[in-house]
Amino acid sequence: MKFDTPATTNPIDRLRVVGKATDRIEGPLKTTGTAHYAYERHDVVANPAYGFVVGAAIAKGRITALDLAAAKAAPGVLAIVTADTAGKLGKGDFNTARLLGGPEIEHYHQAIAVVVAETFEQARAAAALVRVEYAREKGAFDLAALRDSAPLAPGGGFNGSPETRVGDFEGAFAAAPVTLDATYSTPVQSHAMMEPHASMAVWDGDRLTIYTSNQMIAWGKGDVAKTLGLKPEQVRLVSPYIGGGFGGKLFVRSDALMAALGARAAGRPVKVALTRPLMFNNTTHRPATIQRIRLGATKDGKLTAIAHESWSGNLPGGDPETAVGQTRLLYAGANRMTAMRLAVLDLPEGNAMRAPGEAPGMMALEIAIDEMAEKLGMDPVEFRIRNDTQVDPEKPERPFSQRQFIRCLREGAERFGWARRAAKPGSVRDGRWMVGMGMAAGFRNHIPFKSAARVRLERDGRIVVETDMTDIGTGSYTIIAQTAAETMGVPLDRVEVRLGDSAFPVSCGSGGQFGAVNSTSGVYAACLKLRDAVAQKLGINSSDALFADGHVKAGNRSVDLTEAAREGPLTGEDGIEYGDLGKKYQQSTFAGHFVEAAVDAATGEIRVRRMLAVCAAGRILNPKSARSQVIGAMTMGVGAALMEELAVDTRFGFFVNHDLAGYEVPVHADIPHQEVIFLDEVDPMTSPMKAKGVGELGICGVGAAVANAVYNATGVRVRDYPVTLDKHLDRLPTLA
Amino acid sequence: MSSLSDFELSRRGMMVGTAIATTIPSLADAASPASIAETHTASVSFEVNGEPRQLELDARTTLLDALREHLHLTGTKKGCDHGQCGACTVIVDGRRINSCLTLAVMHEGAKVTTIEGLGAPGHLHPMQAAFVKHDGYQCGYCTPGQICSAVAVLDEIKAGIPSHVTADLMGAIEPTNMEMRERMSGNICRCGAYSNIAEAMAEVAGERA
Ligand code: FES
Ligand code: FES
Repeated sequence: MKFDTPATTNPIDRLRVVGKATDRIEGPLKTTGTAHYAYERHDVVANPAYGFVVGAAIAKGRITALDLAAAKAAPGVLAIVTADTAGKLGKGDFNTARLLGGPEIEHYHQAIAVVVAETFEQARAAAALVRVEYAREKGAFDLAALRDSAPLAPGGGFNGSPETRVGDFEGAFAAAPVTLDATYSTPVQSHAMMEPHASMAVWDGDRLTIYTSNQMIAWGKGDVAKTLGLKPEQVRLVSPYIGGGFGGKLFVRSDALMAALGARAAGRPVKVALTRPLMFNNTTHRPATIQRIRLGATKDGKLTAIAHESWSGNLPGGDPETAVGQTRLLYAGANRMTAMRLAVLDLPEGNAMRAPGEAPGMMALEIAIDEMAEKLGMDPVEFRIRNDTQVDPEKPERPFSQRQFIRCLREGAERFGWARRAAKPGSVRDGRWMVGMGMAAGFRNHIPFKSAARVRLERDGRIVVETDMTDIGTGSYTIIAQTAAETMGVPLDRVEVRLGDSAFPVSCGSGGQFGAVNSTSGVYAACLKLRDAVAQKLGINSSDALFADGHVKAGNRSVDLTEAAREGPLTGEDGIEYGDLGKKYQQSTFAGHFVEAAVDAATGEIRVRRMLAVCAAGRILNPKSARSQVIGAMTMGVGAALMEELAVDTRFGFFVNHDLAGYEVPVHADIPHQEVIFLDEVDPMTSPMKAKGVGELGICGVGAAVANAVYNATGVRVRDYPVTLDKHLDRLPTLA
Repeated sequence: MSSLSDFELSRRGMMVGTAIATTIPSLADAASPASIAETHTASVSFEVNGEPRQLELDARTTLLDALREHLHLTGTKKGCDHGQCGACTVIVDGRRINSCLTLAVMHEGAKVTTIEGLGAPGHLHPMQAAFVKHDGYQCGYCTPGQICSAVAVLDEIKAGIPSHVTADLMGAIEPTNMEMRERMSGNICRCGAYSNIAEAMAEVAGERA
């Protein structure tokens, strides 16, 4: 189905199943431990061997000697594979560094060997016996040191334009009566999903099946094939349950490759999970940024000049953190510029993490807006409202498809009790606590992405949906079932959803908050095909047919849907593809984030007390799981604001705190009750589902809202994330 | 040993920026034996979810891996394998523990309850049902550990075992939001379902009271 004109009334609009708060259909499996993740597929392979990955101990240089004798002689060892013995390997389109290093090493903890043994304990012990000699080379590890020499980043694709200009920024900034020029930094962050990267590889002749944990099945299948020199049709990826991804499982990682190589060498199935301490340096991370923001405004608070420049680093051939993207679209202002510069760093590979670009970009921009509001003596909510735009500020002929930004802010302010906020920072006390309120805009684009599915009406009347779409905790299973139930006119429990298998039609996959709307639109298209097949079978004109209550109705006729499959199952297969509505209309999601924080007047300890997000994101397909997406993102936003940072050892080039004790993420005690409100919205420009996404909107802006709340509590501005107590303790008001 | 000298050089920061031949054992353990002659096994018997089980195990096998790899009870998850995440939480002799931090052979005669022992699809434990109702999970990977912890936490509160945030050590402990959040803080949920987990627990605690 080609979607190139705005959606009109369609079967989804009945909203009997779609749009209702619905328990996840896989909930009973997940809560009883009977959903099987990649490393747990005892149901498909009885006796796999265990692979243990060895990571490089240097950041850059070469392996000069590898002594495997002791490891090979250790009990239970079946095979050891290194770059010397792996055979010729390619590099996946989506990988920057190779997944198996040696002799050249591109980053610390790059995989250099997999040791395969009968048991996990034996593989681990033998891996400790691998002796490696390295020639270490000088590398570049310090972003701040390279800031002045970093060239413009490459453009294109998800990167956008590395440099943009509208009007005359410099002139307008020089002429503006009120200006701000401030620099912010965000640290390296890690996805730290709870399920480590894990894969089990099974060879059948020259055909390879990998049970894995991967967000983008078709990309993964292509890259596994390319890396191993196979044809894509020789590779199958299976990933029905994924224990969190957040972008860290968008691409094939070393677990999959090492399992495949280990299995080939050992002549039997092999499973590999990356150990937690290996994950942080072996896999990808969100790159650190340095961001300079300059704002100029009239005395009454109209922005006249906006500039946002960002510096990040990556391995050669890597991409920048696109931290300036939102600044091109969020606020009005006639004179604007953005720029992204990219340094070459020999740290592990930087790549997408939940809301790449906007998450760190909004952390900086929305502090800057808060600072500017204060300079102007304006309320931060009102300042944002004054600078709203209903069109793309760079291309005024291009409107937003929907933009309820002002409503998000006004309703949020109302609900949160924003009127009670003291404008003067550091002026509210509650016992030993200094208390403050902060807010920020939330903004994230919608991305149209083609997506296909197959839907079958079984003899027993069940509807089976198959698509290689994944559910990384996002709720895909349930919204896809809701979509099929709505379109086919059956109750939810008659729908079975099968996901994450490359044998199924290619979907959009999970990423960029594009999964929900695109995958369900693909399922909707396939259901329409199935409806045609059913109508034809029943001798009904498909345009007259009404699918409801398990029946097909036309005129006076009403036939049980199951009748159509009496002679055998009927199948519909189709997908959604998009025309240029996304070019004609800017399609984005909006939020207002509100936070109350308390800071211990003596110790500087920061606690988040209340959180609210008001979101406008098109039709909400399942308010229950959508809300969970948002609170989860808000939680990660608190982590980004207050604690998350991979510390870079700039001498040796690695992330030092590479485990969950050193890389702190929010825990129960850190997160208060969170409130989420979805504004009523349908967006017919996006898709037949009239939906957009929420999973990343929920994190965009939260970090700044927390930082702004802390500032309002203390009067001490911290511009280097995370906002930890050591950064404001010496500037806190003296104790009375 | 060249590995030792490299380590010392590194500590003094002298290698920075120089190209130098180094030997680094893969797990950075200069004292690791040159070879391992054999695998030592031991037998252990315990009760898992009410069933007696007997295993002959490599003595290094954690309780977590005994459950997951040998008994195929994969509901108990491995998130870190060293006590930092809580995904592996099970209840042993009435107390919750991180099953990755203990060897299976240390539990001769113990009674182990895993997520599979609390309930099954179609027969959910009240805590499992509350997690479904309040959407106290997303990817589901931390969930069995959260649920085992949540069940044990309510028992701990009922038994009057105090926590860091318990204000009154003499009186009965109330299952307040902060009391539960404090005690659950060893169970990380990167999906960030905390607010919903708190509501699921409050519902179960309320019904119990
Ligand atoms: S796996 Fe045991 S605490 Fe993480
Ligand atoms: S549900 Fe994914 S980590 Fe908790």
